[in-house]
Amino acid sequence: MSTNYEDRGRRYNNNGDDDYDRGRSQQGRGGRRMRRRRICRFCIEKVDIIDFKDARFLGNFIPERGKILPRRISGNCAIHQRMLAEAIKRARNIALLPYTTD
Amino acid sequence: METQRQYEVVFIVDPTADDDEVTRLTESLKQIVTDQGGVITKAESMGRRQLAYEILHKTEGSFMLLEIEGSGKEIAELERRMRVNDRIIRYLTVRVDEDRRRAEKFKAKRARKAAKRPGNQDEQRRGSVAELARPEPAAAEEDAA
Repeated sequence: MSTNYEDRGRRYNNNGDDDYDRGRSQQGRGGRRMRRRRICRFCIEKVDIIDFKDARFLGNFIPERGKILPRRISGNCAIHQRMLAEAIKRARNIALLPYTTD
Repeated sequence: METQRQYEVVFIVDPTADDDEVTRLTESLKQIVTDQGGVITKAESMGRRQLAYEILHKTEGSFMLLEIEGSGKEIAELERRMRVNDRIIRYLTVRVDEDRRRAEKFKAKRARKAAKRPGNQDEQRRGSVAELARPEPAAAEEDAA
């Protein structure tokens, strides 16, 4: 199995960024939050292992500051968020992803 | 007998090293692993990449990936060598066999569920009343997974 580390994960790019705004723009009438159906895209894609070497893909889950995108915004399920967080932390360790960006 | 473990080792070689030196270094590391009784299942270059942050004032490096099967002893020796070698600016070892086994389990579970599903569809086709009476079990299962 040979992997192209540049190309994988691109298919997520089209909805990677706009997800971040989801939490904010949902102020309904009377100031109450509008509920949006939570979908874990890893569950839909049936992802079992999140590869820490795939920096391009993991980059979808780190907004400008370099933090890990919280579950409340991405809609990930707990299991996959945990796997994702672990992968991001590993990627940071070998300088594939930044710890911080200023 | 000790259980066989699987590891992924990624290491970054100094950017001033040319391809030749990187391959030579990789070969010597592979030798160390096999000497200790480990098996190299994969050795792959991830190429020269930009580092996300500076390490020892370097902004890029050559990434190499090794997949190793063994008891864990060879990993200890390999890491010791990598720590001492100043051409290697960073390394990371991850044990992957447990995660892979877990993934297999998930896959098997899904396969079992999928095998059951055609029966459900038959029942739905029988009548719209039955369909209305019962919320879609297949969809609920998807969410739970």
